[in-house]
Amino acid sequence: MRLALAQASLIRHRARTVLAVLGVAVAAAMLLDMVMLATGMRESFRELLLSRGFELRLAPKGTLPFDTDATIPGVTAVIATLRTNPDILEISPVLGASIHILAGNRDVSGSALGIDPSVQGDYELLSGRDVTTPDALVANDHLLSQIGARIGDTLDVATGYDPQTRTYSGQRKLVVTGRVKFIYGANDQSASAMRRETLEGMGRQARDRASLFMIRVRKGADAEQVRDWIERQLPNVTAISIATAIAQVDERLSYFRQLAFILGAVSLFVGFLLVTTLVTVSVNERAGEIAVMRAIGVSRSHVVEQVVLEGVAISFAGAVLGLALGLVTARYLHTILSAFPGLAMAIDFFLFQPKAAWSALGLLIVSGIGAGIYPAWRAASLPIAESLRREAIA
Amino acid sequence: MSPNIGGQGPIVSLRDVRRDYALGAERVHALQGVTLDVERGDYVAIVGPSGCGKSTLLNLIGVIDQPTSGTVAIAGKRVDAMSDREATQFRLRNIGFVFQRFYLLPILSALENVALPMAEAKVSKAERAKRASELLAYVGLGNRERHRPSELSGGEQQRVAIARSLANGPTLLLADEPTGELDARTGTEIISLFQRLNADGTTIVVVTHDEDLASAARRKIHMRDGRVVDG
Repeated sequence: MRLALAQASLIRHRARTVLAVLGVAVAAAMLLDMVMLATGMRESFRELLLSRGFELRLAPKGTLPFDTDATIPGVTAVIATLRTNPDILEISPVLGASIHILAGNRDVSGSALGIDPSVQGDYELLSGRDVTTPDALVANDHLLSQIGARIGDTLDVATGYDPQTRTYSGQRKLVVTGRVKFIYGANDQSASAMRRETLEGMGRQARDRASLFMIRVRKGADAEQVRDWIERQLPNVTAISIATAIAQVDERLSYFRQLAFILGAVSLFVGFLLVTTLVTVSVNERAGEIAVMRAIGVSRSHVVEQVVLEGVAISFAGAVLGLALGLVTARYLHTILSAFPGLAMAIDFFLFQPKAAWSALGLLIVSGIGAGIYPAWRAASLPIAESLRREAIA
Repeated sequence: MSPNIGGQGPIVSLRDVRRDYALGAERVHALQGVTLDVERGDYVAIVGPSGCGKSTLLNLIGVIDQPTSGTVAIAGKRVDAMSDREATQFRLRNIGFVFQRFYLLPILSALENVALPMAEAKVSKAERAKRASELLAYVGLGNRERHRPSELSGGEQQRVAIARSLANGPTLLLADEPTGELDARTGTEIISLFQRLNADGTTIVVVTHDEDLASAARRKIHMRDGRVVDG
């Protein structure tokens, strides 16, 4: 009966209730987006790191992968050391460098990864074939469109540009064998990959070096233990597990999370105030009716329940509508944010997780209960005789 | 229409009841030592000029207000110092209220409005529907059960309110200006209904300015300046 009465009270002023629900829906959408934003980048980064199954990454001591031009020397020796640990299944050394593709008067710059195609975890082949020969190169669509090349074309590729002498340290003809998508690459990045020895051969630096090692551990092995073992065995590297990487990302994203937290809290508070205002106005309008209900024997607790139910009903309806609205706005905001230069394509700012939706819904319902408390207290505290007298005078 | 509280003696008994209000810096003496008995089965009209304390007296009898001093007993039970919870339960089981403005819930049907106090008294759904239907038939609205208040005339709405006041078989029916918002013809219908209710055993106390309604009562109590002056 109380549910019916709460519903009756809301239906009585349909337009007002609809507007309040819409207001809560906007606040709920904002809250959901902020909850998604607070966790989305972190979760999508974790999924990105796990996507190819490499649990550990080795970078030159004190650096993060590709943070600097520093490299780890002695790839062969490093691999030999790593192979002595039975928990390590696969080792993928990667060398990073800048390249220049020379086409007539044009010089298109981009990045190149030197990899071992049998164990690489940096890209997915979209068409064509992988870099199975020393003169092969695969590139992403952005680079191919910039230079107007297609699979089968031969490119004049150079590395080690010296701006003072305007010369390159190495230059070589490479054949485009495939179109690829770089997993960790940004939308606007011109990227390519070739065999590591090919890239090394084009540079001035010593050979047998890598910017990064990606390591896959045996199923069931403790990646943190392997990480500790590597750092003991190889003092010139920093071993980064996915947990460490996420902790580092967390640290760098703390600004985002704080912003999301503040905006989410503001949204929740706005929704709370909206519902409190509406239900308080409704209680004030119905003072006489509530006094009569109390006079005919309706208990205070039941009046409180009815009023709180009104708050919860508005919040719940707004939350459900806001969930849909939040998902739509999240997609739109993602397209804006993902256009930010240098961000990996696979990073999703607003990763939808059912937990986030439940959290937002739960927060709104709790806020709806909270929003109903003040008007419910007012309704329950109305002096019956005095309220009836005022009504009679009015 | 059987009352919930049995026993002998007056159904309403007030002894030297005073009720003061604070009105800004002033103190208003709404009731100044009222002593009054109402016998079981009686039909009493309280009359007097506006502001003489009629409604205040009715509120004290109806246990929705408490006296500043003095005692109020209903069917021998002291009600002047009850807790809110006790007073609410007492009203639910023993007192029926009829107001000038009907105060029906607009979104509920006539039947649901009548069933509301029974739901509060935890009467089963089937029993509520049956009794509400019987009560509506009693007040002459057997064919209007599914109608909402907005679909009923003022007189019909007041009859639904009367049926609601009888829902839990009250000991006492209190009415505050029940014909105040009705035209003369409809007011007469309500007066007839009250007479029928009284004839069927319900004790009624009504506050009114309506001479016809007051004349229909068995006993008339005149009030002036917070005192009973006659009756």
